[in-house]
Amino acid sequence: MIKRILAVFLATAVMAGLLCGCGEATTQSPVASDETTDSSRADQGNEITVGIAQDLDDSLDPNLMTAAGTREVMFNVFEGLVKPNSDGDYVCAVASDYEKSEDGLTYTFTLRDGVVFHNGQSCTAEDVIYSFETCAATSVTSAVVTALSAITDISAQDNVITISLSAPNPDFISYVSSVYIIPKGYTQQATAPVGTGPFRFVSRSVQENFILERNEDYYGEGAKLDKVTYKIYEDNNALFTALNSGALDLVAHLTVDQVNNLSNGYNVLEGTMNLVQALYLNNAVAPFDNELVRKALCYAVDVDSLLSLTAEGHGTKLGSSMYPAFGKYFDPALAEAYPYDVEKAKELLKEAGYEDGFSFTITVPSNYQPHVDTAVVLVEQLKAVGIDAQIQQVEWNTWLTEVYGNRNFEATVCGFDASTLNASALLARWVSDNDKNMINYNNPLYDETFAKAQASADEAEQTELYKQCLEILSDTAANVYIQDLADFVAINPRLQGFEFYPLYVIDMSCLYFAD
Amino acid sequence: MKYIVKKTCTLIITLFIVSLLAFLAFQIIPGDPTTDLLGTEATEEAKQALRQELGLDRPVLVRYFDWLSGFVRGDMGESYNYRMPVRDMLADKLPVTALLTLLSFVFTIALSIPLGIWAGSTRSRIMDLSISALDQIVMSVPPFFLGMLACYFLGNVLKLFVPGNFVSYTVSWSQCLGYLILPALAIAIPRIAMTVKMLRSSIQSQLEQDYVRTSRSRGSSRGKILRRHVLKNALIPVISFLAVSAAEIMTGSIIIEQVFTIPGISRLLLASISNRDFPVVQAIVVVMAAWIVIVNFAADLLYQLADPRIRRL
Repeated sequence: MIKRILAVFLATAVMAGLLCGCGEATTQSPVASDETTDSSRADQGNEITVGIAQDLDDSLDPNLMTAAGTREVMFNVFEGLVKPNSDGDYVCAVASDYEKSEDGLTYTFTLRDGVVFHNGQSCTAEDVIYSFETCAATSVTSAVVTALSAITDISAQDNVITISLSAPNPDFISYVSSVYIIPKGYTQQATAPVGTGPFRFVSRSVQENFILERNEDYYGEGAKLDKVTYKIYEDNNALFTALNSGALDLVAHLTVDQVNNLSNGYNVLEGTMNLVQALYLNNAVAPFDNELVRKALCYAVDVDSLLSLTAEGHGTKLGSSMYPAFGKYFDPALAEAYPYDVEKAKELLKEAGYEDGFSFTITVPSNYQPHVDTAVVLVEQLKAVGIDAQIQQVEWNTWLTEVYGNRNFEATVCGFDASTLNASALLARWVSDNDKNMINYNNPLYDETFAKAQASADEAEQTELYKQCLEILSDTAANVYIQDLADFVAINPRLQGFEFYPLYVIDMSCLYFAD
Repeated sequence: MKYIVKKTCTLIITLFIVSLLAFLAFQIIPGDPTTDLLGTEATEEAKQALRQELGLDRPVLVRYFDWLSGFVRGDMGESYNYRMPVRDMLADKLPVTALLTLLSFVFTIALSIPLGIWAGSTRSRIMDLSISALDQIVMSVPPFFLGMLACYFLGNVLKLFVPGNFVSYTVSWSQCLGYLILPALAIAIPRIAMTVKMLRSSIQSQLEQDYVRTSRSRGSSRGKILRRHVLKNALIPVISFLAVSAAEIMTGSIIIEQVFTIPGISRLLLASISNRDFPVVQAIVVVMAAWIVIVNFAADLLYQLADPRIRRL
């Protein structure tokens, strides 16, 4: 009898457990159901729903967030003293004005009046100094930390902040824009971020959504939309289906196939992803330690046909570690340095002693379909010169540890982007002793040229030196440079003002509904 | 009473072993949470500092027992990625998976028992053959494939629903349930087929028993025999099978949540595995293992309840 009672009790307990599990949340306020009218775009009010393909599974602390997807969203929440605009120039943000001394060693920033944090606190010079100190101490972006380490003194007088450097750095202002201004003493940035941007953080629901609202106290013109809801799909097919059903107002980073299959009257804009996709070769392992072999590979790869196979010809050929959004440094001529030439490739291989070809493995992160697609085409193209390449797909974390961290690979297809808007974000990593020099590129001439560029206080001279760096990478065939991928954005036709940035961000504040 | 104590001990030991294995598995597969958290730009010092902050620099067993002692006290730790308490994340996601499991279970019972009885008692040879053929086919279709078919035909082609457009129960209960019906069916359909097959053969074998012939000869109608005697006996194995199904339905949600983009614990589990977010993985693994052990336990009890002959074993 006891057992019978117990059994019944257990069964009920299990059911009850299930039910209360579900019941807990009923107290939460139900929201109007406009989210569900799937077939008609959610045009209600001045708010939009944006679909994103990855969760913001990061710390939201501006100094600790790393994922490109998180930065892309948080760009709307945080600002530095200056911020980049869509032309890649810097405009004043939290500072209303700044000056650089003749010798490039002193920067003075005037704090804008009436800047208020999202938590209602006013922004003071003390907060600015705190932000610089916190960023220098905790930022995960090593380039920013290095740049900030040159600061010998930072001080404030009333609302003027003076920063002194130990050596001039023409890129310094780009690093200033990476120092997001945050309120001093606020400790919950990781889960409830507070900044000064045109949008403020409202809530995040793991793997579901991420909500921003208009910052009413913004000093400038501010956002035109009242609310932006990012809906998380974590699955490209699901994201596309939702988009195609009309439930979303904006989805970026679509592929050509998706654009072709889109049928719901969206406007499609084309930009570039702003990354350097290449077949990165480990210059330290045979046969890629031989420049002739690397050059042979460059000749053996037909980028044009690769682009037409993978993206119907969309995408921009590169030729070196720079993408076209950096108009100042990008040299389209480098993209033509190694025209498709199978005979030449075979000749070079023969000269290098690989007359009968060789085999190697391309390790590709499996979660980036464009890279996988590129690798597949590369394998086919390399067959023509007798090179037998195998594709090994690995999980992203494994890629980070094995390929990027331990440099335990022969070749990989991936894309590098720029974490800050300057050339060294893309070029510093190829200096021989740089700890991010994944491919073990070792060229004293490159090291020297890059060091000169870094030390140069003259902008024109520096640009010239960076261009030389790019030429050296091309001349020595450091990698088989492929493309900057095309980036398609599908947008509600009523939504206007979308701007492509030379960085991996989407500025929601410029969007508005046309009536 | 002794039985309960024994089962509880089994539960605790199972959970202990499962959680330890899950913990050790991460020692074998490559990947380090700090590389994921700090990204490609981080310096080695920053990684070391974070490892220290998260306690990852300590030996694996020390970390395990540290986690265990926290868990026992109800502290599941903090997610490495989201920087929020694991408990809050589970409280948010568990109801979704529980609802999906419950719904799927309800479908399984509500559809399989009537169908099974009908299939078992029908006297038409053709019906019998076609049912068992159909059963065999449906049974061998994996739920994820059914899910994909549903997403494609009902979602993309017929536009009856928007795959991926899950509405949280915090927003609307009815819409949340509405969205979960198809995924629940996708999990349930192969289960239903299995149960029908089982119930059918169970009924048929009972119908051949001597007691049926005896009752018939005493003049009872076929329907009456079925209801009074056969079903009672035939349902015994099915009950425990259904109870075990409850466990398998929960694990079936791992794939179905991916197919239908449902933000339940299974989806969170997979994301956390690739992020190497240990505290979240551990908590979910323990919850799932506990569910399976408890359900099996309940199955045992139900079995004994239904069949007095196997009590006190």
